[in-house]
Amino acid sequence: MEGSDFGLQELLLMLVGAGVTLQITFYAVLGGTLMGLVFGVVRAAAPWWINWPLGGILDVFRSVPLLIQLVLVNSFKSILNLNVSAFAVSCVVLALYTSSYCSEIVRAGVQAVPQTTRRAARSLGLTYWQDLREIVFPIALRVSLPSWIGLTLGVMKDSALVWWIGVVELLRTSQVIITRIQEPLLVLSVCGLIYFVLSYPISRLGARLESKWRDLD
Amino acid sequence: MNYTFHWYQAFQALPELLWGALVTVEVAVLSMVIGIACGVLLALGRNSKNKLLYGASTAWVEGARNTPALFQIYMAYFGLGSLGVFVDSFPALLIGISFNNAGYLAETFRGGLRAVPATQMRAARSLGMSAPMAFRLIVLPQLFRTVFHPMMNQMVWAILMTSLGVIVGVNTDLAGVTQELNVRTFRTFEYFAMAAAIYYLITKLVTLSARGIAVRLFRY
Repeated sequence: MEGSDFGLQELLLMLVGAGVTLQITFYAVLGGTLMGLVFGVVRAAAPWWINWPLGGILDVFRSVPLLIQLVLVNSFKSILNLNVSAFAVSCVVLALYTSSYCSEIVRAGVQAVPQTTRRAARSLGLTYWQDLREIVFPIALRVSLPSWIGLTLGVMKDSALVWWIGVVELLRTSQVIITRIQEPLLVLSVCGLIYFVLSYPISRLGARLESKWRDLD
Repeated sequence: MNYTFHWYQAFQALPELLWGALVTVEVAVLSMVIGIACGVLLALGRNSKNKLLYGASTAWVEGARNTPALFQIYMAYFGLGSLGVFVDSFPALLIGISFNNAGYLAETFRGGLRAVPATQMRAARSLGMSAPMAFRLIVLPQLFRTVFHPMMNQMVWAILMTSLGVIVGVNTDLAGVTQELNVRTFRTFEYFAMAAAIYYLITKLVTLSARGIAVRLFRY
């Protein structure tokens, strides 16, 4: 672009920022999915005295703004005098946040498997874990995968908030560049474009899977 | 742990925080009203045969759904300034959230429209209803039933999104007031814990009343 200070160096900086965004997303989704799997399976099967408290705690992560959660955990870290980086705090908070949504997705998936199918599996001699692994998991995956893809993209977008506690990711990098070259519209457009390019193809894929698997039923 | 909590001080700020909460709810409701209005138009645009209308509404919907809400608020706050439109932080927040709401709600409405079978309209017309009457009495109630829950979810999202205003300098909503108090006293944890509790109560109130309304409205 003519007469613009936005050059290759700025673009590279933003791509590095996008890398940080992806890293945070990766750890958060990894941790969140593992926790969500456990919570979801427990919530689908446990008696009410486990189910209600667990559901209540997980619900808090969905009812309080992520920004507030980040600030709270970050300040609590300082109160405890823990020497943990803001990056790690962001990953942990986002992972808990992810797990709360993921547990609902997993639960819905597990509950989509008819009880009779599971009973049939058990009466054919499969153990509880075999039933879970060979029968429930493949069926639940079809129900859950599209929502899980949506969740992953949601977490990537929500990870933009972590700059508030001092992690320099894509949006923060854009802001730094704006401060330096004073061309907010251009820089933000590039930033938005990067988010869009990361998110749009995967969201299309999710939508495709959803309609394809719905037609199979 | 080398820290004494000052909960009393935080409790004294409760009236201020509650006034902030009121602003939060106001912004959320306003953004939902704008979002629903724009969302309906976008849904119609996405279904239209006109290339320009279709393209513009698709760009809006996909843009809103594939970029962070905070980015959208930034676009309104910093981006519009480059076009010569200078918006304050509060309108920027409102524009950002409304834009986001409209994008998500448009897809909800589109799904809802698809869920009402076309035969319903035809049946109503053949019973002698006029087109607007059939839409109002037959299609709309059924549409409302399918979009009610996603709409309420979006309302909760809108409440949570208002907290992003503090990043562009809004200091009247709940997150903004909390941040002001925090800057003044450095009692970060106490104030933000209070704010978290208030946000939790607001969202619970919304979801519970939504459930109540749904039971009354959709009982048959």
